[in-house]
Amino acid sequence: MSIISLIIKREFVAKVRNKSFIVMTFLSPLLFVGIAAFVGYLSSMKAETKRIAIHDESGLFVNEFVSKNSDKSGYKYVDLSLIDAKFLKDSITNESYEGLLLIPKTTNVADLESKIQFISNDSPSISFIENVQSIVANKITNINLLEAKLDTEAIKNAQSKVNISLAKASGEQSVKGLNEIKIAIGGGFGYLIMMFIIIYGNMVMRSVIEEKTNRIIEIIISSVKPFQLMIGKIIGTSLAGILQFFIWAVIGLSLMFAASVFFGVNVGPTAKVSPEMMQQAQNEFAGPAQMYIKELWNLPIASILIGFVVYFIGGYFLYSSFYAAIGAAVDNQTDSQQFLLPIIMPLMLSVYVGFFSVMSDPHGTLAVVFSMIPLTSPIVMLMRIPFGVPLWQIAISVTLLFATFFSVVWFAAKIYRVGILMYGKKPTWKELYKWLKY
Amino acid sequence: MSTLLEVNKVVKQYGDYVALNEVSLSVPKGSIYGLLGPNGAGKTSLIRIINQITLPDSGEIILDGEKLQPKHVQYIGYLPEERGLYNSMKVGEQCLYLAQMKGLSKAEAKKQLNYWFERLEIQGWWNKKVQELSKGMAQKIQFVVCVLHKPKLLIFDEPFSGFDPVNANIIKDEILALREEGATIIFSTHRMESVEELCDHIALIHKSNKLIEGKLDDVKRNFKTNSFEVGILSDNVEGLMYDITQKFTVGPANFKSLSNELKLEIQLGNAMPNELLNVLTQRGQVTHFVEKIPSVNDIFIQTVSEK
Repeated sequence: MSIISLIIKREFVAKVRNKSFIVMTFLSPLLFVGIAAFVGYLSSMKAETKRIAIHDESGLFVNEFVSKNSDKSGYKYVDLSLIDAKFLKDSITNESYEGLLLIPKTTNVADLESKIQFISNDSPSISFIENVQSIVANKITNINLLEAKLDTEAIKNAQSKVNISLAKASGEQSVKGLNEIKIAIGGGFGYLIMMFIIIYGNMVMRSVIEEKTNRIIEIIISSVKPFQLMIGKIIGTSLAGILQFFIWAVIGLSLMFAASVFFGVNVGPTAKVSPEMMQQAQNEFAGPAQMYIKELWNLPIASILIGFVVYFIGGYFLYSSFYAAIGAAVDNQTDSQQFLLPIIMPLMLSVYVGFFSVMSDPHGTLAVVFSMIPLTSPIVMLMRIPFGVPLWQIAISVTLLFATFFSVVWFAAKIYRVGILMYGKKPTWKELYKWLKY
Repeated sequence: MSTLLEVNKVVKQYGDYVALNEVSLSVPKGSIYGLLGPNGAGKTSLIRIINQITLPDSGEIILDGEKLQPKHVQYIGYLPEERGLYNSMKVGEQCLYLAQMKGLSKAEAKKQLNYWFERLEIQGWWNKKVQELSKGMAQKIQFVVCVLHKPKLLIFDEPFSGFDPVNANIIKDEILALREEGATIIFSTHRMESVEELCDHIALIHKSNKLIEGKLDDVKRNFKTNSFEVGILSDNVEGLMYDITQKFTVGPANFKSLSNELKLEIQLGNAMPNELLNVLTQRGQVTHFVEKIPSVNDIFIQTVSEK
């Protein structure tokens, strides 16, 4: 067995046997599902209906509001127009009303536009206010139309509702909301890479520090090259990580399935459609739901998955070499903070830049530039791929990523081989630079 | 005696600091070679270069007739001064891992491990985790790991630190046994009595330079001053002292004895010992007459403080 595979095996076994790994692997899906179930339970509870008192002296609007009571808006309007307004104002908050809507008496409805008041102790939600405003505005418009002797029915009929359907130049039909799905898929993969890098990069660093504090490093280094040890450590740790993600996926899916069955949610055919079935369904009814699913299948799935694997490997190795070098440079974890910040920053940046720039314009300058810079490309490019990226851009980005990766590994290995034998002092950036020349 | 390891004008610099300044050594096959020097002299730098942990800036190293190269790691066993093991790994697994890194097959490693565990009577430790062992116990494991692959060249950096006298003795015997089996041993320590006891060759490095190298006996011969320690019972001390000081330089001596004699250290200069004896026997009863041979400790201190 070659030495590197020996090291990979040891690192893998050491990680997997670790108690915290086992606990993390089996507990976090439970925790995750538990939280999801709890949130689901909370949101399934009926929100308390809030009662709103209406004092409508004009008498024009009260019916509009009361007629909305059957809506599931969570508000119930109560007509209190007969009670004195002043008395209502004083007592309204003592009663179990959320607020009081005061509409004054008027001869000219146009005056009402700025004279309606809502009185409450807590400030009401924006959506509630908008809702009230639109009810009032609608009614006033209707009254105005009537006064102008226009036929409201005819106007209603004359209004048109436009629903633009999206299509690609290639002629395929498209559905709205697909962009959100694309960004969710790309973002999901990008986020996964970031999480993986942070969690497992840290593990690589810890394991380097452990070898330093154990003082086993000099024994090992007398039989293998530091570079071999570093690469073996990075690969071994990542294999443990992949195993953990795999277990999570399996547990998560089965728990989700179990939960769906338990709560009687229909996972139904949409959850497990095959392309053939899709095609069939597509022929039978071309409803919007089917269109979405068809669109999902039309996404460049192969490039997304290949892209994920390539960028995952490139990004993870790039960053974990940094982590390994940092681990070698310091004696304990607290000292690592000053060096970690410059690593976490580009990761964070790429997630935020990714979400904002790609969402607004997947092929805009910002998105393109960030999908080329090696430190951010693994995440940003992955977010762009579902939108279709020209091959030459991917080629440049991957080349840059791997070129950087190799040079970073080279630098990291230099720092690593000097650092692992240095004890007792907290290095500065300047010293790290000096180590490169040893 | 042929040479196993030849260090040729090795230079190592860390930034502006020169850790080794054209150091040359030759370690004879089958010797126990004491590498001495005060803290920071450059011993560890040299040992790391021999182990190919770091590379020299210039100079070369010849092991058994070949220029030092990566495959040589399996011919070298190294017990570093700063040593440890993976705490959460089981002893047996860990030894297997480290042995395989030195190029042994798994089966061979297992065989050797069984032999050594039996020999050191530590069979029961196989499934223990290192964190359950005491420091001395862990040191024993490290020793086993170091010698397991039957290296031609063994490098021990302070091998006895952390051992109680009983275990230190066991390790010392093992080192001697390894030499009998043909291994060459480089031995770096500050404990001069063990150098005295074990080494047949020494080298002294001080401030990045090699100052002394050679057979221990030759080195001592170079450092001896032709002085003798004398114990004498005499009725006429004044007469005695008069006679001696005519010819020799005399100082007080301190050695253990049972009678209450006069103790002197006498420097002979160019004279022969019998000339002194002749003077002494005329004036009293000689109870003690020993040539003063410098200890390694004396040589060490003398050399280091001279520079």
